[in-house]
Amino acid sequence: MPENPQPTAADSGAGAPDDVARVEAVMAEPVSRGEPILSVRNLVKHFPLTQGIVFRRQVGAVRAVDGVSFDLHQGETLGIVGESGCGKSTVAKLLMNLERPTAGEVLYKGEDITRLSGRALKAVRRNIQMVFQDPYTSLNPRMTVGDIIGEPFDIHPDVAPRGDRRRKVQELLDVVGLNPEYINRYPHQFSGGQRQRIGIARGLALNPEIIICDEPVSALDVSVQAQVINLMEKLQDEFNLSYMFIAHDLSVVRHISDRVAVMYLGKVVEVGTDQEIYEHPTHPYTQALLSAVPVPDPSGRDQRERIVLTGDVPSPANPPSGCRFRTRCWKAEERCAAEIPLLAVPERFKDSDTPAAHESACHFAEEKDVVHA
Amino acid sequence: MPDQIEKTTPDPVGAAGAITDAAVTGAATAAPKREKARSLGSDAWYDLRRNPVFVISALLILFLVVVSIWPGLFSSTSPNDCDITKSRHTAESGHPFGYNLQGCDVYARTVYGARASVTVGVCVTVGVALLGGILGGLAGFFGGWWDSILSRITDIFFGIPILLGGLVFLSVINSRSIWVVMGFMIALAWPQISRIARGSVISAKQQDYVQAARALGAGTGRIMLRHILPNAVAPVIVVATIALGTFVSLEATLSFLGVGLEAPTVSWGMDISTAAVQYRNAPHMLLYPAGALSITVLAFIMLGDAVRDALDPKLR
Repeated sequence: MPENPQPTAADSGAGAPDDVARVEAVMAEPVSRGEPILSVRNLVKHFPLTQGIVFRRQVGAVRAVDGVSFDLHQGETLGIVGESGCGKSTVAKLLMNLERPTAGEVLYKGEDITRLSGRALKAVRRNIQMVFQDPYTSLNPRMTVGDIIGEPFDIHPDVAPRGDRRRKVQELLDVVGLNPEYINRYPHQFSGGQRQRIGIARGLALNPEIIICDEPVSALDVSVQAQVINLMEKLQDEFNLSYMFIAHDLSVVRHISDRVAVMYLGKVVEVGTDQEIYEHPTHPYTQALLSAVPVPDPSGRDQRERIVLTGDVPSPANPPSGCRFRTRCWKAEERCAAEIPLLAVPERFKDSDTPAAHESACHFAEEKDVVHA
Repeated sequence: MPDQIEKTTPDPVGAAGAITDAAVTGAATAAPKREKARSLGSDAWYDLRRNPVFVISALLILFLVVVSIWPGLFSSTSPNDCDITKSRHTAESGHPFGYNLQGCDVYARTVYGARASVTVGVCVTVGVALLGGILGGLAGFFGGWWDSILSRITDIFFGIPILLGGLVFLSVINSRSIWVVMGFMIALAWPQISRIARGSVISAKQQDYVQAARALGAGTGRIMLRHILPNAVAPVIVVATIALGTFVSLEATLSFLGVGLEAPTVSWGMDISTAAVQYRNAPHMLLYPAGALSITVLAFIMLGDAVRDALDPKLR
């Protein structure tokens, strides 16, 4: 997104002492498997558009994220898909507290982390970590691998005693499948896949509960993608991690995710288990998205229906009224322009037990098997 | 389609294990000590040592520094020990460069003149790099109002032509010591470095590794010193090294115009100034200080160029 992140005062200022104590108590609470560990409620991020150099006037806002709600359950992987510019990465930054939301809450075990600052925020960061998209820019080229993976221990000295750190870093290298002897090497001496493993090792260093993966494999070759994804699955079982996995590659997301949320223009349009989303999509956008996935089987390719959307994604600075997808939707009617569809189980499926009964933000949600797989 | 991934993927643990084993044996047979000396800085140094342009210019600069610190080692005559009867005499035994208009030994004046040039060049460069680097770096890091105000101040200073400014400001100062001249040059030359520092800090600030450090909970100090400074300092060093040569020639230019250093300080610029009017009668008076100045400026600019090549990761 356009704004370059300003270092917020929040990271350096001291938080209120009662905040720290409360957050530490919250962090220690165990969450049983399948319970929500991170809940996002009506998250909004508008980036102001300004004019003028000395006297800045706000002339509008890019609505990068506009009212997003979802839950991440303990031990699961929640996939977030959507095309470029739909706000996926901004959601990741908001969850990491790298950006302050315009409105809304991010509840970590019930504690709103967007309001935290100073020591309390730092304490929460131990439990929520991130793996970045580009392994070439996410590692400081002037630091050795040992310094990069050991930096979390420098920032949180209580996690590992000083004399123990080198051994811990080597253990982490081993865990992610890298040679522990590489500790003194620099990032430019590694391939993309190896660098991403270093990024994962850094994310694991503090033993977090949640890892937010912002397109962690989209910069890698397909064969390396598979290795990294399998590594991430192995680590999830080993360390009991909850993943939020952001990607635009639908097959990768289906492979790793337990549940999937589909985003369009700053809003979540459909949420469900991977089977519900991939085999029983009810939102037209999801159906169009799925129909664009390449099918490797030539005979299956002929059977499937292609939905080709017309027009471009509208500007997030000036989104359409009502349903944001209506400008490109073949089902759009007057109601779509007037009324914003809520993300809820559609009325017609409410009492049924079909897989189509999952949350979908469409007035005319209906099941359509696009893939025929 | 998800099964596709599974099938084509070798077991990651097995594959990684195989790589690890191979690498361990490889590392054991190859010299393991070389592992350590492979930072970007040491790579740059490795390149520089093999670059003849760097070696030649560095040796020249080393020689100049020695000359400017101990000029007595190279000349037994004093530069201000003049004999007017020998005015404009050409070379003779013991005085290889001849005499100038006042009958002073040109060789001695060329040797002693190095001090002013090297001092001005080095001190102004350090001063400009510190002042411009810190102000520009802070503007880039904190952004917002601080950046707006500082950038406008930079623009104001950037808009003053340095020679015109020298003629206006320095001519009203009665006694211009070397400190006054250097202070003036720093005051007008810092905006260039400031802009470069601001730009490179802004681009370093947007890198993912800075985000990653913030996500880990790193404070402002750690982010500035460990992540941004080492990655933003290279362009500043390069521009400062190249600018060093121009500061040497700027001092000479100011002295030539009569608004730089004053006697009894010996400076190539002043000697060039007095010799220029006489160059048809006594070209040797002009040739030697001008030649020394050209070689010095060239050496610093070549050094800066070599440093830029070595520090630029795009050329690797």
